[in-house]
Amino acid sequence: MDTALGAHRFQFAFTITYHYLFPQLTMGLALLIVILKGLGLRTGSARYDEGARFWSRIFAINFAMGVVTGIPMEFQFGTNWSAFSAFAGGVIGQTLAMEGVFSFFLESAFLGLVLFGEKKLGPKGHFAATVLLFLGTWLSGYFISATNAWMQYPLGHELQGGRFRLVSLGALLGNPWLRWQYPHTMLGSVITAGFVMSSVGAFYLLAKRHEEHGRLFVRLGVSAGLAASLLAAFPTGDSQARNVALHQPVSFAAMEGVFRTEEGADLTLIGQPDVETMKLDNPIEIPSFLSFLTHHRWKAEVRGLEAFPRDRWPQNIPLLYYCYHIMVGLGTVFIAATGLAALLLWRKRLFTSRWMLWILLFLLPFPYIANTAGWMTAELGRQPWLVYNLLRTQEGASAHVSAGNVLFTLLGFMGLYAALSALFVVLVLRKIHKGPETA
Amino acid sequence: METLWFWLVALSLAAYVVLDGYDIGAGMLHLVIAKNGAERATLIRSIGPVWDGNEVWLLASGGTIFAVFPLLYATAFSGFYLPLMMVLWLLVGRALGIEFRHQSENPMWTSVWDVIFSLSSAALALFYGVALGNVARGVPFDARGVFFEPLWTDFSPARATGILDPYTLLAGATAAAALALHGALWIAFKTEGDLRERARRAARVAGWAALGLTALLTLWTRILQPQLRVRFAEHSWGYLFPLVAIGGLAVAQYFRKRGRDLVAFAGSSAYLMGMMVSVAFSLYPYVLPSSQDPARGLTVWSAAADRSSLGIALGWWLPGMALAIGYIVYIHRTFAGKVPPNGEHY
Repeated sequence: MDTALGAHRFQFAFTITYHYLFPQLTMGLALLIVILKGLGLRTGSARYDEGARFWSRIFAINFAMGVVTGIPMEFQFGTNWSAFSAFAGGVIGQTLAMEGVFSFFLESAFLGLVLFGEKKLGPKGHFAATVLLFLGTWLSGYFISATNAWMQYPLGHELQGGRFRLVSLGALLGNPWLRWQYPHTMLGSVITAGFVMSSVGAFYLLAKRHEEHGRLFVRLGVSAGLAASLLAAFPTGDSQARNVALHQPVSFAAMEGVFRTEEGADLTLIGQPDVETMKLDNPIEIPSFLSFLTHHRWKAEVRGLEAFPRDRWPQNIPLLYYCYHIMVGLGTVFIAATGLAALLLWRKRLFTSRWMLWILLFLLPFPYIANTAGWMTAELGRQPWLVYNLLRTQEGASAHVSAGNVLFTLLGFMGLYAALSALFVVLVLRKIHKGPETA
Repeated sequence: METLWFWLVALSLAAYVVLDGYDIGAGMLHLVIAKNGAERATLIRSIGPVWDGNEVWLLASGGTIFAVFPLLYATAFSGFYLPLMMVLWLLVGRALGIEFRHQSENPMWTSVWDVIFSLSSAALALFYGVALGNVARGVPFDARGVFFEPLWTDFSPARATGILDPYTLLAGATAAAALALHGALWIAFKTEGDLRERARRAARVAGWAALGLTALLTLWTRILQPQLRVRFAEHSWGYLFPLVAIGGLAVAQYFRKRGRDLVAFAGSSAYLMGMMVSVAFSLYPYVLPSSQDPARGLTVWSAAADRSSLGIALGWWLPGMALAIGYIVYIHRTFAGKVPPNGEHY
């Protein structure tokens, strides 16, 4: 942190981690709102429309937070990472500009219509507006995932005179890295939205207020949460892990805590990596299971960190290892919790099982933690590279912006975001308190 | 190809100024011309459904500069590090003011949001003018082709320049007057009664101020930036753009007086468009001129991405923007006409 590079990195990490707390809810919630509006159209029951209106109000607050914390992200490529921007602007500038042109215009136009135009558009038109809003948010996620995919697994460019030039838009947008990473990310977003919805529903049921809506929210939240948790683990999570093993074997070794190359590598459930002595302390392992998961053979070889030169290792191996294990561990908890809740729902006992409702209520923060840990896994695993195997992180920063200037703006962001958080919590709690019945 | 992109980016920035300009201008006047809670709510509702889409033009233009002029994006954004960060914070403040104003139930907090919204709108208008002033004058590139400017020096016109100095503050004041005029005409067009009358009075004052400041700024820029004289001397058809600006201002003042709010608003749009295109015309082929050795300035060719990237970008940019213009037109039509006096929904 006392170096300019450290300050640049910490500011970007801080602002993007904070930013992603909001889009991860809006993208998933957009899908759930479409489902609510669709059910409302089909059944003609007013309850679904009230629910959709309620969640649109929560959506709007989150969306506004996402916009105001998202604008600094685009600016920081130029302000803090100017060398990277000059090298790679011809490539990743494209996907970032496409996000602006194709999804931001769509989202901003149709959010206005979803919030203010229900009477004017009629039920079918309003449903169409929510579908377009959903499309805009998911497109936005696609362009950002495509930008990240190029940094993880660069394709479709050529190096010319020290700069990257784009030669194939198809390769950039159709990067095989995206095939699993994009749906995995979107499912993470649906998990957050499902858990938030079931948490609010559980709150209504436990507090004995707005109970009819509470049951609807729990039912939809649990169903979406279970489906998304299952799909996030298999096939998307599993396949993405194998993508990492194939294209970034050194990051994979660090994630899994494999120091020595072995045949029949064990899968570590819990353990503490010790980089000094190159071993895992106090491990609990499933024998040979890592080899099986990665190569579908029990005796396959998994290369450990020792197989790679040290200057290609991710710098913070313990943090990378823990982030990955937190994500996977929480994902397993999500499947168990929503699976149990779904079982109770099917047996028609969920709404009277107060203990389960308490669990649903307090699961709220955990998908946020899992999503954050997942992105930290991807980004720490990319280190020491900014563009994998092509550009190192320290070569990308703005050389003439001093550490003091960055610390000043970093503290400014921290203060501003602390105030934003307080405001956000107050506003959302008030909406939840008011309940879905009020127009 | 580079030249084509220069004009596309200039036009999209000009579109940003015309569109977001009216809601920034409305924000500046928010405390001045809307006197009570009901009028303030009406004023906010006149921009409520559209301001966000207008602001997207900034993001889209910024992203486009990133893609097609990466070196400009990298050099200018890191060189103007501190002022850009402040612009970001102001954008945050403004968005919060608009979006959270109607969420607060206590009138005391509503007035806090009103002040945040209005002050950050005014500061934003000023900063945009300052930014344009800095670009028009040129920046002190060093031998490595980078620069980093202090936020201000001692404000003496004779000494070293900073981001904020007499010349750039004049540019900021001009922008503030121009956007105030534009915003006032928008409010006049969208509202009725006392609010409309006060908006028209504000437009009159802002219009004359804009005229005076624009004249002063043009003279000073002619002295500071020799490139400007060269360009207009070589291509006399370039005088068309300042003429459009002046004509637009005249139309705005003339039709405001006669109560034709929409035509007046079109006039102020032409004024802003003309000003932006005039600046672009006089800078070309530079995208960021040097204030000392002209050879160090960034030109469209030295700042642009390679031809292959530029060609690919053109392929999706044009249809994408056509689509975006479609949404803008659609949403302005959906929320057309005067703002209904009461109630949340149209």
